[in-house]
Amino acid sequence: MTLMTKFLGAAAALALTSGVALADPAIIYDLGGKFDKSFNEAAFNGAERWKAETGGSYKELEMQSEAQREQALRRLAEAGSNPVVMTGFAFGDVLAKVAPDFPDTKFAIIDVDWLDAPNILQVAFNEHEGSYLVGMMAALASKTGTVGFIGGMDIPLIRKFGCGYAQGVKAVNPDATVVMNMTGTTPSAWNDPVKGAELAKAQKAQGADVIYAAAGGTGIGVLQSAADEGILSIGVDSNQNHLHPGKVLTSMLKRVDNAVYEAFAAGTDLETGVVKVMGLANDGVGYAMDENNASLVTPEMAAAVDDAAGKIKSGELQVHDYMTDNTCPAASF
Amino acid sequence: MDYATLLQILDSTIRLAVPLLLACLAGLYSERSGIFDIGLEGKMLMAAMCTGAVAALSGSVWVGLLAGIAGSVIFAAIHGIASITFRGNQLISGVALNFVASGITVLIAQSLFRQGGRTPPLSGDARFNPITLPFAESLSGVPVIGPLYSEVISGHGALVYIAFLAVPVTWWVLYRTRFGLRLRAVGENPASVDTAGISVIRLRYAAVIITGILCGLAGAYMAAGLQAGFGKEMTAGRGYIALAALIFAKWRPWYALMATLLFGFFQALALRPDVIKNTMGFDVPVPALDALPYILTVIVLAGFVGRAIPPRAGGEPYVKER
Repeated sequence: MTLMTKFLGAAAALALTSGVALADPAIIYDLGGKFDKSFNEAAFNGAERWKAETGGSYKELEMQSEAQREQALRRLAEAGSNPVVMTGFAFGDVLAKVAPDFPDTKFAIIDVDWLDAPNILQVAFNEHEGSYLVGMMAALASKTGTVGFIGGMDIPLIRKFGCGYAQGVKAVNPDATVVMNMTGTTPSAWNDPVKGAELAKAQKAQGADVIYAAAGGTGIGVLQSAADEGILSIGVDSNQNHLHPGKVLTSMLKRVDNAVYEAFAAGTDLETGVVKVMGLANDGVGYAMDENNASLVTPEMAAAVDDAAGKIKSGELQVHDYMTDNTCPAASF
Repeated sequence: MDYATLLQILDSTIRLAVPLLLACLAGLYSERSGIFDIGLEGKMLMAAMCTGAVAALSGSVWVGLLAGIAGSVIFAAIHGIASITFRGNQLISGVALNFVASGITVLIAQSLFRQGGRTPPLSGDARFNPITLPFAESLSGVPVIGPLYSEVISGHGALVYIAFLAVPVTWWVLYRTRFGLRLRAVGENPASVDTAGISVIRLRYAAVIITGILCGLAGAYMAAGLQAGFGKEMTAGRGYIALAALIFAKWRPWYALMATLLFGFFQALALRPDVIKNTMGFDVPVPALDALPYILTVIVLAGFVGRAIPPRAGGEPYVKER
């Protein structure tokens, strides 16, 4: 019996030390799921790139419900993962509570910039800059002078997308109409492709011929419906051009993969206690060009958009960020 | 609001109402026989996944539809075994099946296709293509009725017409056939049905299987009619709205049609905040429209608009002798 206890004790000690010594990074995906062909999948791609380049290993968790957030976070931190990266603003409050309990663990959170803790790296994206560029492209491609925007859950972050987009549209064509819709006010708004498709049809009925979907899994329905109806759509977060070749004008890229990759690469040396802003200037956002949309984007369109991108990078052109004052000069929500 | 806009909203109403209608009729059979079914959502989800997966593999939407119905019927049978044979709590069984469906659909789709719990996009014969009804083209020039016929009534997938046909059929089965009389009786007073020498258990199983078939149609329509493939949690709570519609309809088929069309209309209207603003003159928040079906159901339940009386033996397993 005593021998058994000793063995158990030794095993437990070994497990503890090995956990600390390994310090594998970990990532937690938000409710949209690891393969949402969008935000979370970009994070996954970044983690996989790190794994392929370094040969290291990492832990991952996928949220299944709101209630699991704190438990999941604590479990990874207790298991010795370091740094722990999480995707999505919804982790903000939970992380603020958990981070002080694990002072030696470093956390990185994407899409949050309002926390204050020495061991958290917050990564914010200038989505309004990327959205501005695709907004310009939408206005340049539109023949009716009306373009659409379909957001997922109605939160300030998604309004930031919509606001940047509307500004880009108005920059090209001040008389253009931007039809704006949000899918819903609950997290299920990220996973309702049927409603997304109906919204796209409703926007087409209002004259929209280019629709930008910033709505996670709901966006799949928007892109599908736009392709069925013979109008153009714009993807978001990951490059979604391949979903309907020749029918997706472009995609607003949010390089979550770069953010995750850099956090993983820094490992335990991750610089925390700061907000890292990823914008056009440091390749945090952009628009997607590949063989699937080459026929849709004329050289003039690309030139106009690249010109604006250059101006935003140099600071000559300022795109208004909805989240700074909760208002938008180009659109009303 | 001009006529073209109204037609667009009505067209959208039909598309959004059909899954609700099929699920509502499904619930009607089950609940009329005395088996409460919270699991409509899960069965629709299961059917959507099976349809998406099999239609993608076989290239035929009809094979996919059969698979969807099969998947849904399996879940219905499990609910039947739990709540009829083993006399378990019907609500718990239904909720459990919803959770199982939510997880297992993504699991199966992921292991089959490795596309993150999605099924591959369907195209061509693997989807329910729009059916143009006879004379739709030639009548479209007729004022008022022409566009209504060619744009709203014509041009939907086959399942839409099946769903609307299911309403009179359900009415006829429930109120004009021996099976329907017995079905209604078994939900009100199973003991008397049993005394008359009719098997309560067999009747209830029949009802639960019909529920499975109708939920299968609803899920198949969502995956292969409205969408081009299955996506995680794509039913997005429509099974619960269908339950609300069932209460709103007081467990009657024609009322179910009206209730689901009304709920579908609210959903379609919520997509067009600009129309509401123009006709009403003020802004109605979209979440308020989304909540309207539930508010109406509560009003009906509270007894302001007639009384909604559920089948008397609903929710109670039948025990022959105590």
